[in-house]
Amino acid sequence: MNLILSLVVGTLFAGGIFLVLRRSVVKLILGLVLLSHGAHLLIFLMGDGLVKARTPFVRAETGVAPPDSADPLVQALILTAIVISLGLLTFVMALAYRADQAVGSDNLDDMTSTDQL
Amino acid sequence: MAHHLFLPLIVPLVSAGVATIISGRRFWARVIAVAATLFNLGYSVWLLATIAATGRQVTQAGGWAAPFGITLMADGLSAIMLLLTALLTLATIMFSLATLDARQERFYYYPLLLLLMFGCSGAFLTGDLFNLYVWFEILLVASFGLITLGGSRAQLEGGLKYVALNLFGSLCFLVGAGLVYGVAGTLNMAHLAERLNAIQEPTLVTAVAGFFLIAFGSKAALAPLFFWLPTSYHTPSIAVTALFGGLLSKVGIYALYRVFGTVFQSELGRLAPLILAVAGVTMVVGVIGAMAQINVRRILAFHIVSQVGYMAMGLGLASVAGLTAGILFMAHNIVVKTALFLIGGAAEHLTGTGDLKQLGGMARREPFLAVLWLLASFALVGIPPLSGFFGKLGLIQAGVAQEQWLIVAVAAGVSLFTLFSMLKIWNEVFWKKAYSDMSRLPRAGAGLLAPAVILVAVSIAMGLGAAPALEYSAFAAEQVFDAAGLARDVCGANGCDAVELAVAR
Repeated sequence: MNLILSLVVGTLFAGGIFLVLRRSVVKLILGLVLLSHGAHLLIFLMGDGLVKARTPFVRAETGVAPPDSADPLVQALILTAIVISLGLLTFVMALAYRADQAVGSDNLDDMTSTDQL
Repeated sequence: MAHHLFLPLIVPLVSAGVATIISGRRFWARVIAVAATLFNLGYSVWLLATIAATGRQVTQAGGWAAPFGITLMADGLSAIMLLLTALLTLATIMFSLATLDARQERFYYYPLLLLLMFGCSGAFLTGDLFNLYVWFEILLVASFGLITLGGSRAQLEGGLKYVALNLFGSLCFLVGAGLVYGVAGTLNMAHLAERLNAIQEPTLVTAVAGFFLIAFGSKAALAPLFFWLPTSYHTPSIAVTALFGGLLSKVGIYALYRVFGTVFQSELGRLAPLILAVAGVTMVVGVIGAMAQINVRRILAFHIVSQVGYMAMGLGLASVAGLTAGILFMAHNIVVKTALFLIGGAAEHLTGTGDLKQLGGMARREPFLAVLWLLASFALVGIPPLSGFFGKLGLIQAGVAQEQWLIVAVAAGVSLFTLFSMLKIWNEVFWKKAYSDMSRLPRAGAGLLAPAVILVAVSIAMGLGAAPALEYSAFAAEQVFDAAGLARDVCGANGCDAVELAVAR
């Protein structure tokens, strides 16, 4: 399971970086989406090891976690990160739409008016 | 438990909410924004004095015991940054009262400004690495809104690059935070510092530290990750540019100081040559870029890059002396940079252009503005007894003490070029004869000048009171490096590992 997830993370990062390096704004955004999913899964992998069908909760009677319970912190971290990246990517999409309207092109090479002297 | 640490976060957040609801009534939105900023200013002065008297202030969010919950902590560096954040926000609001058009004000300008202050304050107060990521995103969202407020073509283009590159930097931060949790099993900064110093796999920790260097380096606009800054910072309204120029890149520097000074202390020595090299390149590239520009705000934007290099040099020297000078230089630069943006922006607001070729004759027309510019730019260059001198002197002394001759030579040489481009603006905007008839242009009112006057006065006070400022910076730098003391303050006398072991039993 760990191996499969690692491969998925690697593929997401590779695809994301490939797309980010393209000239189109849409591909840039898709690349950022892939990269953020890669980062979320990577955090998931960083917990105490993946365990199947285990809860991340503490036993009420003893107050300690069962020995092979899931790591709750990585789940909390991913949840936070997903919400944040969802919000930010929504903003980027709206911004890209407005920029596309203003510039009349999806090509980043046409968006150089702020770079010139 | 210092529960008062929540106040500088709650007050801006609640006022941002109220200001959003009543954004139709501009007067009350302004009153609320000014009141919240004044509260944060007063609070941070009090916090600064409290920390100087009694040491670190620590509290736990939600009452969770130390290494498990989210820690809020304030030491000398946090207090300085909190104070400067509130001061800059106040100056920005004052300037925007005089310059901003009503449409932008109605479009939730004050709520966004308050949320930016909220995010920055949170980033300076948090003691948890993942929580720092969250605060970074909060301030980024607010800055995205501010930088595109107005929706002109230049703003959308510059904003898109700003947003995309900052998101990429944030992802690096997120990956780094995930990896460090995998390596050390904790995200509390005090606990991390304890664990990382004990971990037996130094190469793995170095690789993780590299992610943080990239993430914060791109936020702080260190070479070669600075390209988003000069393409976007001159596009929003002047007040926003001034706030961003003074504050935002320094949040990245603050994070570098905190993460590499405290958490990755064991890696700082290993990465120091790299940080120094990056700092040197940043200084040179920034100042060369500034020389090529012919627009006031763009010159100043490139200078941000150049001066961030000095702050990174303070970290790269990896000593208390270096960090002391770095903190002093950063505090001075935050104030002076914003003052310069506001003065140059005042000239731009009056004449309608920031192009050096079209400007001229402002010294005769606005002598007071010219004097302010001269004082602020001399402070930026580092002419004694103005504030920039002592920070730069400290950096160079620390460099000489460690025999880092190359970086010392670069730092001294870049100052000369900084003087050159400051004089270029002086010559073109203030000194040379105006080509067009300027007599019909409006005069600078008190509202336009007041924020710059306040900031220049603070800068002069920092120069005249250099001894106490230096003393406090040294106090702050020692606290940054004092990881053992931090673990004691956050988790109790035996440190964080002891708490965790006790709970596991």
